[in-house]
Amino acid sequence: MRILEAFSHSPLLIVYICSGDPSPKATPDLVRRLARAGADIIELGLPHSDPIADGPTIQAAAQRAIAAGMNTDVYFDVASVAGDAVPLVFMGYYNMVYARGLDRFAKDCKDSGISGMIVPDLPPEEASPLKDACVRHGVDLIFLAAPNTPPARLKMISEETSGFLYLVARKGVTGARSDVLQDTRDLIARVPEGVPKAVGFGISTPEQAADVIRAGADAAIVGSACVDLIAKGEIERLERLVKDMKEAIARAKGKAPIVC
Amino acid sequence: MNCQIENAAGIKFGRYGGLFVPETLVQPLLELAEAYEQMKNSDEFHRELKNLLKNFAGRPTPLYYARNLSLELGRKIYLKREDLVHGGAHKLNNTLGQGLVAKRMGKTRLIAETGAGQHGVATAIVGANLGFETQIYMGEVDIERQKMNVYRMELMGAEVIPVRSGSRTLKDAINEAMRDWASTFEHTHYLLGTAAGAHPFPSMVRDFQSVIGDEARRQISEAEGRLPDSIVACVGGGSNAMGIFAPFLKDDVRLLAVEAGGRGPGKTDKIADNGASLGYGTDGVLHGALTKILQDPYGQILESYSVAAGLDYPGVGPELAYLAETGRVHPRMADDKTAIRGFRALSRLEGIIPALESAHAIGYAMSEPDALGELTIINVSGRGDKDLATVMDYENS
Ligand SMILES: Cc1ncc(COP(=O)(O)O)c(C=O)c1O
Repeated sequence: MRILEAFSHSPLLIVYICSGDPSPKATPDLVRRLARAGADIIELGLPHSDPIADGPTIQAAAQRAIAAGMNTDVYFDVASVAGDAVPLVFMGYYNMVYARGLDRFAKDCKDSGISGMIVPDLPPEEASPLKDACVRHGVDLIFLAAPNTPPARLKMISEETSGFLYLVARKGVTGARSDVLQDTRDLIARVPEGVPKAVGFGISTPEQAADVIRAGADAAIVGSACVDLIAKGEIERLERLVKDMKEAIARAKGKAPIVC
Repeated sequence: MNCQIENAAGIKFGRYGGLFVPETLVQPLLELAEAYEQMKNSDEFHRELKNLLKNFAGRPTPLYYARNLSLELGRKIYLKREDLVHGGAHKLNNTLGQGLVAKRMGKTRLIAETGAGQHGVATAIVGANLGFETQIYMGEVDIERQKMNVYRMELMGAEVIPVRSGSRTLKDAINEAMRDWASTFEHTHYLLGTAAGAHPFPSMVRDFQSVIGDEARRQISEAEGRLPDSIVACVGGGSNAMGIFAPFLKDDVRLLAVEAGGRGPGKTDKIADNGASLGYGTDGVLHGALTKILQDPYGQILESYSVAAGLDYPGVGPELAYLAETGRVHPRMADDKTAIRGFRALSRLEGIIPALESAHAIGYAMSEPDALGELTIINVSGRGDKDLATVMDYENS
């Protein structure tokens, strides 16, 4: 519910960070600073040993976080103390969810203030047990669509997703890229009316974020670019980037930015 | 192509298997499944594959009555000689099949993962022979311990790409190949080397390897006038095991699947000291399938271990997980020591140097002869030339 409500104030900026990188202690403060800088929703990644949908930047962050002691118990502790300035969304691989137990995982999300779940290696066809658990605990289960998702399947995924639809901007894995492809614009245009759409994978600059908003997306998702700045310890530049992105998407939608 | 997951048959084996992959990979996998379904019914495809298996790979391989080993164990032991397949292992049965599928799908590039290097070599062979650009992902640790195979791949025109992420072994090479495929699937075929991973790989690889069991069934019937009491095969991901087991699933034949016991069950939080996913693993999702995997309580995948690089994998094919659970297949283990004993014994007794992977099956049979019955087939999945340095190091340590 919190997520849908957020989308009623689009365009939104969604920021991904890897929980526990550089340390579990640092994460709650990062979440608060990102929210202050203009992030509307924060995707809190749970690091996995084998992140097959991620490029080198997020792989490295996951390894650092695991080495720094991040695990699923710590993850929910961190989420609980991160505060509720903006909605939090879980992002992580299915085996981590499966290992904890689907119902327990969804309940832990709810109890620690996480509003939704993104599980990139769980297509809707395999998701009904987790979907049931999410419905029981009032957590949105957010599905992904990609440029090569055919029309009938896109319709099915659009119907199955809750909260919003995560549009993968390009073939391949996460990681900063320098352009927005025609494929992405086409995908945005193909989504049925009325489904909130967020575009991620490869968005690293304010211009790209503005581009996807102009193409009709309701939200831009930035991940690797932020994770990269966190890795370098450049938190002020991170805040600057988030502010600039927020301003760029607001302008793109012809709206003045609301920055507090 | 516009296929839906529902349309593809054989996705699950009981609760195991499936298609747990990022959305970008769903479509390429479904297209592969559909293409393979069509080719299964194509006489021309089968003719072409049969021709390559016979004239290029050297099939059928002999089913050899191992007289000395039989005397030693007091029962009849036959060896299915996959070590004699071109390239030195059963792996070529699968790479030829998938290579032809890829050709017909119009792909121009092959990617593959490899651990021991055997599957990489078999892929490089097919790349050279059928005319693909070929790139092989291989963990840095494995590159170090299998230098000869790296050179063999390069000689045949394949590029070996070192994988530096994670544990830098087979599982990470698979991760990297999947990441590559997610952006290259339009012109690239991912040639997975074992009967594991997402649909359709477990069934497709099993089918291509079933030539082992089909031949063995004919050969043992001719030689002995009956089916064997048992069949023993080693298990990494499960392709040589499923290949020899599949044609016998409905028969009264004991199917013994021997996993790598490594240094034993002792595991810390981070490292499993073995490759025994059926023996020590629990349900989880790895590389696109729900199966038995070695993992910590949070679901992080553990680093596996075996003296045989080809068995050093923290997962197993979903069909074997299912058959083990139903009791049709009996999972067993051979540790490093037992495998080395099998390696030496077969060399000495029969003049056959087996791959260290296959040596697990031999070592197990030698240590548990009573489990075999009177008449047994052991699948010698590969030859041991690649392992000489490893065995020498092992003996000296
Ligand atoms: C000779 C040999 N046997 C067995 C294996 C294990 O694989 P699988 O379980 O798929 O047969 C390998 C893998 O590299 C191998 O090279």
